[in-house]
Amino acid sequence: MTKVLALVEDTTAHPPAEGDEVVSAASRMAAELGGEVHALVVGGLGVASGGESLGSSGARVVKVAAHPLLEAYHPDGYAEVVTRVVRDGGYAHVFMPASDRGRDLAPRVAARLDVPLAQDVTAVSVSAGVVEFTRPIYAGKAIARVTIDAHPCMATLRRSSFSSTAGGPSATVESIEVDPDPARWPTEVESFEATTGGIPDVAQASIVVSGGRGMKGPENWHLLEELRSALGREAGLGASRAVVDAGWRPHGEQVGQTGKTVSPRLYLAIAISGAIQHLAGMRTSGTIVAINRDPEAPIFKVADYGIVGDAFEVVPRLTEEIGGLGLPG
Amino acid sequence: MKIVVCIKRVPDTETRIRVSDDGRSIDTSGVKFVTSPYDEFALEAALRTREDTGEGEIVAVTIGDDDSRENLRNALAMGVDRGILLEGRTTHDGLATARCLSTIVEELDPDLVLLGVKAVDDDQQQTGPMLATLQGRGCATGVSEFRLDGDAFVCRREVEGGRETVRLARGAVLTITKGAYEPRHTSLKGIMAARKKPIESRPAPDSTSRLEVRSIELPPEREGGRIVGEGPDAVPELVRLLREEAEVI
Ligand SMILES: Cc1cc2nc3c(=O)[nH]c(=O)nc-3n(C[C@H](O)[C@H](O)[C@H](O)COP(=O)(O)OP(=O)(O)OC[C@H]3O[C@@H](n4cnc5c(N)ncnc54)[C@H](O)[C@@H]3O)c2cc1C
Ligand SMILES: Nc1ncnc2c1ncn2[C@@H]1O[C@H](COP(=O)(O)O)[C@@H](O)[C@H]1O
Repeated sequence: MTKVLALVEDTTAHPPAEGDEVVSAASRMAAELGGEVHALVVGGLGVASGGESLGSSGARVVKVAAHPLLEAYHPDGYAEVVTRVVRDGGYAHVFMPASDRGRDLAPRVAARLDVPLAQDVTAVSVSAGVVEFTRPIYAGKAIARVTIDAHPCMATLRRSSFSSTAGGPSATVESIEVDPDPARWPTEVESFEATTGGIPDVAQASIVVSGGRGMKGPENWHLLEELRSALGREAGLGASRAVVDAGWRPHGEQVGQTGKTVSPRLYLAIAISGAIQHLAGMRTSGTIVAINRDPEAPIFKVADYGIVGDAFEVVPRLTEEIGGLGLPG
Repeated sequence: MKIVVCIKRVPDTETRIRVSDDGRSIDTSGVKFVTSPYDEFALEAALRTREDTGEGEIVAVTIGDDDSRENLRNALAMGVDRGILLEGRTTHDGLATARCLSTIVEELDPDLVLLGVKAVDDDQQQTGPMLATLQGRGCATGVSEFRLDGDAFVCRREVEGGRETVRLARGAVLTITKGAYEPRHTSLKGIMAARKKPIESRPAPDSTSRLEVRSIELPPEREGGRIVGEGPDAVPELVRLLREEAEVI
């Protein structure tokens, strides 16, 4: 029996009815390989309340490593725990979310286990018993299919690339004894300062309102913020590099080859020209809308829908129309 | 203070990627190569750290072919003291890369190891933390700025939803992202001085990749180009299309 482990970051992030993407992807693969999926939740006490609902996405067992010292993500502490669970459980495949944390954690675990790692995978397929991972390279200008010749076979899965399934029976929850010893951890986490004030990060948002140099200055960003807010709580803010370099917006919002690669359901590029490095980071978005006053702007070549016009006129109108729809805020 | 900076030669970000006939690699003919942008931030960070402490040696290391000497030369022109070329092929297997680089870190035992948060060709985002793990060193990824505080590095990390501050002892491995370290331009004087600085080359230690690239393809072209209309009057139609046709809002 092939055993697959799926790391779940936060059991409260998804209502059980929606399911979890990583567990769902692991389950689909396990079904083809004739295997079984276990979910792993690491965190503070009570982290896995409602963990049994991960069965809904196909997990048979939910392993919970809860300890007050693991409440916040700690690279060394988490790597230690996850490595041990993978080893003890004899898992053949290990999937983690390709979030900032997941991408930080996975290489540490892989190196401890002496196995390679495929980061930021967008599709998993099985042919003749071999698991193949699809991953964008050159920030999405090309797509590579790779295989891993090691046990376990590790990958981080990109958000919004995998559908989640729901409806399975509830899972058995098993708690794992952990005894973290911070004295052994080289990293000391001193503080965390939230910067986005509850707005989803651009890489996590399912709708992205992204602004470019044509917005003329940071004082005009309220127009984009108002549009974002009208689009509801799933919407985040993005920016081109020109905007970030000018210091109008933080680097965490930069989309592109030297920023974040995003694939939201809806990407709105406002007063962004569509340089190759920007397109690389957002071309896999579901639907792309461009608003630009230059009809020749390259962004229109990738946009599903475009409006040629002045952002300062078009955006407020769009905010008004969308506001009228009353999307959940 | 001894600092090792790992740099990688990659296609310029302007490059339009073409796939070779073998279907599993990139056609590099006519492609302009540069040092991966995040590695340039790492070089700058190393130089500033030395400027702050007023002493120390900076060594740039790369795994690559003979052409990668050019990237080492550029690093020397920026102010790095010496270069090491590990002659060999780089693969998508970051662990194999980390093992190779690990030999140098072991040998030089630096006070600080800097890498880019990712190489902008295969985007694996793993070499730094793997190298740190192999060497039993502490590691912070995605560092936008750091400072030396006594015997520790206090690092600012940009992460989803916020900013984290972490402290690591001397010997740490940091992967650098965009932030405080806009790379300096090389001066003519720097370029001249670089000619006299040493580049040592040796075969890369054997480290087989266990991550095999089966194929590389270009993503499907997007069929874009539908202009809904001009100016604010086009907005109601756009909203209708987003709701009824694309069904995204
Ligand atoms: C190594 C390297 C890495 C890079 N990485 C990235 C990256 O990760 N992400 C990225 O975005 N870029 C990146 N770039 C930069 C990229 O090449 C472009 O310079 C940048 O994307 C341009 O940003 P922009 O579209 O906001 O500005 P511009 O190209 O100046 O475009 C502004 C647009 O706004 C339009 N406009 C102006 N006024 C209005 C108005 N009133 N209403 C409507 N439209 C208006 C104009 O028609 C124009 O199309 C990189 C470049 C290099 C060299
Ligand atoms: N061939 C290489 N030679 C030297 N350093 C490398 C090489 N490949 C990757 N690195 C370093 O590892 C970082 C992250 O690369 P990656 O994990 O491939 O995204 C790069 O920014 C470099 O600092």
